[in-house]
Amino acid sequence: MPWTKKDLLGLEKLTAEEITIILDTAKAFSQIATRSIKKVPALQGKTVVNLFFEPSTRTRVSFEVAEKRLSADIVNVNIAASSVTKGETLLDTVKNLCAYRIDAIVVRHSCAGVPHYLAENIEPSIVNAGDGMHEHPTQALLDIYTLREKFGDLKGLKVAIVGDISHSRVARSNIWGLQKLGAKVTVVGPSTLMPREIEKMGEGVEVSYDLPATLKKVDAVNMLRIQREREQQVQFPSLREYARYFGLSTKLIDQTPESLIVMHPGPINRGVELSGTVADGPRSVILQQVTNGLAVRMAVLFLVTGGTKISEE
Amino acid sequence: MKTLIINGTIVDPSQKLEGKGYLRIEDGKIKECALGEAPKALNDEKVIDAKGAYVTPGFIDLHVHLREPGQESKETIESGSNAAVAGGFSTIVCMPNTIPPIDHVSLVKFILLEGKRVGKANVLPTGTISKGRAGEELSEIGEMYKAGIVAITDDGSPVMNSFLMSRASEYAKMFDLLVMDHCEDINFKGSMNEGFYSTKLGLRGTPSISEEIMLMRDILVAGYTGGRIHLQHVSTGLGIYMVRDAKSRGVKVTCEVTPHHMSLTDADLETYDTNFKMSPPLRTEKDRQKLIEGLMDGTVDCIATDHAPHTYTNKDVEFDNAPNGIIGMETALPVSYTTLVKENKMPVMRLVELMSTNPAKILRLKAKGSLKAGSDADVTVWSADTEYKIDTAAFKSKARNCPFQGKSVYGKVNLTIVGGEVKYEA
Repeated sequence: MPWTKKDLLGLEKLTAEEITIILDTAKAFSQIATRSIKKVPALQGKTVVNLFFEPSTRTRVSFEVAEKRLSADIVNVNIAASSVTKGETLLDTVKNLCAYRIDAIVVRHSCAGVPHYLAENIEPSIVNAGDGMHEHPTQALLDIYTLREKFGDLKGLKVAIVGDISHSRVARSNIWGLQKLGAKVTVVGPSTLMPREIEKMGEGVEVSYDLPATLKKVDAVNMLRIQREREQQVQFPSLREYARYFGLSTKLIDQTPESLIVMHPGPINRGVELSGTVADGPRSVILQQVTNGLAVRMAVLFLVTGGTKISEE
Repeated sequence: MKTLIINGTIVDPSQKLEGKGYLRIEDGKIKECALGEAPKALNDEKVIDAKGAYVTPGFIDLHVHLREPGQESKETIESGSNAAVAGGFSTIVCMPNTIPPIDHVSLVKFILLEGKRVGKANVLPTGTISKGRAGEELSEIGEMYKAGIVAITDDGSPVMNSFLMSRASEYAKMFDLLVMDHCEDINFKGSMNEGFYSTKLGLRGTPSISEEIMLMRDILVAGYTGGRIHLQHVSTGLGIYMVRDAKSRGVKVTCEVTPHHMSLTDADLETYDTNFKMSPPLRTEKDRQKLIEGLMDGTVDCIATDHAPHTYTNKDVEFDNAPNGIIGMETALPVSYTTLVKENKMPVMRLVELMSTNPAKILRLKAKGSLKAGSDADVTVWSADTEYKIDTAAFKSKARNCPFQGKSVYGKVNLTIVGGEVKYEA
């Protein structure tokens, strides 16, 4: 089955086959990073706009490197969401970009549904680089890629996602993607940061408030970055208390099975959700995730702009 | 001017009248309303043939936003009045969240004058509870009452301060004036109902308790002061339960349900279409079923639209940034009829009670909501025999923020008579 979609809006609407195509394509692209000349002409002559309405370093850089290695022409547009609401509408901004006959837009926005809204209204391919609390498909794909690299088939694999599940697009995309490939997901976090009826997202989804108990039963744990911004002050009392219940400490990691791997989408709050020792320790695959992210994003950009499955030469 | 309406099915809950009959109008009043064979028309009498149609007292919408003054690009008293009569509404009650808000007698007079100048539906103003709708001090309620307001409300916003709410209720009681409240604890902030769909869509949810807490607060206030409080757009199952309980204890509360809350749910938001965004938000299917139960069993007093026009540009934005509200006057009858009568076997008599008789009672409009001889000749003639698709392009409202575009429905207004004059004809 070939890839047919123009956009990558989220993992909810993708089939297991489509996810597998992306992962297989990424596998092929991963070789490129090992060459002395790390560039292929796959997107030569195509223009990709990185349209970020939210500050981002990691994801934006990852996309930018991916685009450069595919030989695409790149335009970076960073707009604070607030200035848009004051003047030009989002659609006007984007339609102006489209007037340059660009080929793809990588978009990040603090409002859920923006990539879908754009995809309905404009021609170029849309790649969702994170929309509000909704989805962050390329992050979940690189997480899944990393898991596949470690464990092979994901069927029956148990993954815990820990932290602020409520506000996490990474968690949602992972839940959809992992379940489609047959894995089971336990979401762990304070009850105030657990969205309502999340267990209805699928039969493979479980909720837990007990991190030590969960870690004894899973193959991998994905520690989400915890932030305590203005609104969060009524969600949990302090970072100290959070770390005590939901932080992954050296002591806690020692009580888990040796095979457990530790993931984190970054950036890490060392000493809060993850101890520095664990982050840098042998269980951590955090930097592999970053490397894999590049291959996954190359694959996604390649596929949505009309590339067909490349061969593993 | 004299009019004789023949061959229609008269439905008038105020007289428990239903059947083939005729209606006589003279000098803006109902002259005669009876079942049976119509008499011969008088020479100077205009005859209207209502064959195959219902002839009912004119609909009354006690919750519309006309946006004038201040936001005339969304709607005006003129365009809103045209939309009203096209939807079968002979009387509409406009909310005071205009710019500036209707918190002073001068603005009340402006609304009344402009409504009369347009001369379509009866436009009845409400005044704010608090000055500037700021929720701090009482508006000059007595002055506005004298000028013609039919209720006070800070609609658009709730009255968060319970002390102010109890004072407003106590004060309005002197004039037997209705207090309407938009029940919402604004400390809960969200773009849609909190539940599975908000989790799935990654949109911030407003929980049902945000509405229910304030609804219960209002019931407590009404019970304590003895004043009349009307609970606007009740959207949750528990809300219906609480109103039912309050009424059984003799508390003077009434409530409305909108056509959109009775027909749509939070599952409809999957496309991120901003025409499904309003406050209170669309709730769950379980809530929707409880609203229908309340509409059927008499707990709910009336249907009101919360007609909330916005320009295309206002709504064509990110979901989170879109304003709340949808228009409703031109879809109220078809959506309510299809949902309640077609799908839930509600008697037409009850539907008319919800759309005319009861809103008139709530507003203490003694000459309206009835076809009794001597009543104002506000009449809606409508039919429900053929299915059709809602087409927003044909709307008289300035706005098109409607979630029902293309929906197959029954129930169409043929004729709206206000004060004895035909103000709309399909």
